[in-house]
Amino acid sequence: MSNRTIKFLIPVISIFLGLLVGAIVMWMSGYDPIIGYAALWNGIFGDAYAIGETIRQISPYLLAGLAVAFAFRTGLFNIGVEGQLIVGWFAAAYVGTAFELPAMIHLPLALLAAAVAGALWGLVPGLLKAKLRVHEVIVTIMMNYIALHIVNALIRSISGGSYKLEKIHKTASLRSEFLSNLTDYSTLHYGILIALLMVAVMWFILDKTKTGYELKAVGFNDQASRYAGMNVDKNIILSMVISGAFAGLGGAMEALGTFGTMSSMGGFTGIGFDGIAVALLGANSPLGVIFGATLFGSLKYGANNMPNAAGIPIEIVSIVIALIIFFVASGYIIRVGLNRLKKKEAK
Amino acid sequence: MDYVIEMLNIRKEFGNFVANDNITLQLKKGEIHALLGENGAGKSTLMNVLFGLYQPEGGEIRVRGKKENITDPNVANHLGIGMVHQHFMLVENLTVTENIILGNEPKKLGMINIRRAAKKVDEISKLYGLNVDPMAKIEDISVGMQQRVEILKTLYRGAEILIFDEPTASLTPQEIDELIAIMKKLVAEGKSIILITHKLQEIMDVSDRVTVIRKGQGIGTVVTPETNPEELATLMVGRQVLFKTEKKPSNPTEEVLNVENLVVEDYRGIEKLKGLNLSVRRGEIVGIAGIDGNGQSELIEAITGLHKVKSGTIFINAQNVTGKKPRKITESGIGHIPQDRHKHGLVLDFTVGYNAVLQTYYRQPISSKGMMNYKRVSEKAQELIEAFDVRTQGEDALARSLSGGNQQKLIIGREVDRDPDLLIAALPTRGLDVGAIEFIHKRLIEQRDRGKAVLLISFELDEVMNVSDRIAVIHDGKIIDVVDAGETTEQELGLLMAGHSKDEMVIVGDDVIVKEGDNHDVE
Repeated sequence: MSNRTIKFLIPVISIFLGLLVGAIVMWMSGYDPIIGYAALWNGIFGDAYAIGETIRQISPYLLAGLAVAFAFRTGLFNIGVEGQLIVGWFAAAYVGTAFELPAMIHLPLALLAAAVAGALWGLVPGLLKAKLRVHEVIVTIMMNYIALHIVNALIRSISGGSYKLEKIHKTASLRSEFLSNLTDYSTLHYGILIALLMVAVMWFILDKTKTGYELKAVGFNDQASRYAGMNVDKNIILSMVISGAFAGLGGAMEALGTFGTMSSMGGFTGIGFDGIAVALLGANSPLGVIFGATLFGSLKYGANNMPNAAGIPIEIVSIVIALIIFFVASGYIIRVGLNRLKKKEAK
Repeated sequence: MDYVIEMLNIRKEFGNFVANDNITLQLKKGEIHALLGENGAGKSTLMNVLFGLYQPEGGEIRVRGKKENITDPNVANHLGIGMVHQHFMLVENLTVTENIILGNEPKKLGMINIRRAAKKVDEISKLYGLNVDPMAKIEDISVGMQQRVEILKTLYRGAEILIFDEPTASLTPQEIDELIAIMKKLVAEGKSIILITHKLQEIMDVSDRVTVIRKGQGIGTVVTPETNPEELATLMVGRQVLFKTEKKPSNPTEEVLNVENLVVEDYRGIEKLKGLNLSVRRGEIVGIAGIDGNGQSELIEAITGLHKVKSGTIFINAQNVTGKKPRKITESGIGHIPQDRHKHGLVLDFTVGYNAVLQTYYRQPISSKGMMNYKRVSEKAQELIEAFDVRTQGEDALARSLSGGNQQKLIIGREVDRDPDLLIAALPTRGLDVGAIEFIHKRLIEQRDRGKAVLLISFELDEVMNVSDRIAVIHDGKIIDVVDAGETTEQELGLLMAGHSKDEMVIVGDDVIVKEGDNHDVE
């Protein structure tokens, strides 16, 4: 077995094991796993509509995953993607309703507003970390709560006591009739292109630019970076700002694409937190994030079909989905197993 | 023959790489047997085979004449083999006794009987003169004592054969003397010792026999009193090694570095440099001699801009650089081989190539208009690998994967390649073998001969005396004297380092001693 086959086999075996254990859970709870998985499969790939919705669901995961991964590469743990995404969502939705502009300006402006809002939300923990050595995990967690409640309050005051902003103007929308028609009238929008573009941007910054070299150096060894004359504080702040901007754009996907508005929220969206898992599944690399986000997005969306088509309660569905992701994340165990097999073969 | 350990024709492979090829080592009862080899020669691999961490592909191991299959460290422990690791395996916030019984706690009804364990630890400690307080916390005791705890740990578990892996690497000279005494006491009590090292003097001082390995091959075993350091070095490296690097007389010209009245405080506000003056000229090597902790680190960090200066001025090429940013200072003509190559010198998780441009990545031609030119990075890396004989699998290998000597060569290559007017070399040969040391000394002298200034900081008196042209002795944050390297002696330097001024010394025959009545520290 070559190292290449092993690399390929790990995710395949992981997913298979996850499905297997998930099947056992369904079977033990008295449901037919084959019908259940058929419903999951149809929920993801069943028809053009399902595929469109799945891809739509992947976009915010991509951006949340990128945000976490980017900060990770600079040695920072950004738990605040959730909050950055919420302020990005709000900023995009607000710009989308408050101005009347031609689409050429309106849409980019709304996206920019989301990125800037997210970046500002990342700037605060970045500044505190760089200047006062306050740990970013604590600050970002608290910034999440601040984001949630400030945005809720803003929605109420702007909408005059309602729980929802007005629908955004068409000129700021990411919705696409073309993509929608192509996928049997799903809510698929242009956001996926923006998300994929950002994957390329992250790869470009980290692997091509001088700034990327510095960010990675600071992430691995800040002492050696200081010795080499780098401005460590500047790089910490910059990393959090870029990370926050990715997260903010993730919010814009929901504001300008999926929902076309923002409603006040009872709790977190969860996308930001799932972004941590997406980044880790993807080993914090841009391409890996595509894999992680695809897995997360597909399962999350496809699972919605399981209660309807197979009658499996949503709680069981959640367990099954969690098991699959759990096994993929435990790829390490499978790697150890395969390596042992390889050794035996050699003997 | 009464050998306690026989490792016969051991062969160990990692993939295509043969780490040990036909190595034989036989340990007699009650002897100190040194295992000598360059960094990366395969000493640790061989010992890990003995300790059961690796399985050999060939050869056999006999313990007390009986063939044994040591499949894991527990088997080694049962056979009475104990290892004192170079990097201590201790839990910082537990006591000595707790560390020693860890994994093997004497229990009664589920409760650990710590007092009984402590008593046993104390008994063993007294028997071998280890002088360890069983109830002290690891974080509160010195490095030397931590090592003695490691020794105690193996003895507590009934080890008869002790493997010491580079035991003196992190010890002070006094602690080394104590360790040597302990090792002699251990063999006197019937234990047998394998000492892994590349320090020749240590071998001459303490061992009975030496087995030499070179590039994974067993070269042979010699009886220590019948050999000498020169012969051992030749066996180890495979060619004649020059201990005293040849050099022409120095020809100093204008001043490159001038430090005036430098005062530096540490983070607690305690003065570490108390008005230090120093001057280094083109074409000379100035060595800083001194006992660790007298302000050497602060001096280098202040010059290079990594540490805040409280007062005083630093001139480089007659340009005042006091309080400037590290990069500004670097660009004014400094190359810096830092004291701690893992902490400051390299980004270990970067590739060799990335590390090769750590100081130049932001400039043409490595980068332009904010973009890295990775083609140039790999060209530069290959150039340095070749010119400085960095042994690596390639520029894409992680810096972490290089041996200490090759990491150091990479740093030196990077710093010298920028052609700095002043090269600061802090402990440039720490932990390296004689071959690498020779290489590095030659490079420093080469820089001098090209009309550059070199500032060498070292805790090894031999190195300072051998390489420097002038020696500045640092004591308690001040340079207390500057002497000519050709005219001073070890005794004189030793007394200066202890804080005695030259006026207090008299020459008696070949010795320098402190005058009667003047036997106090100068302030």
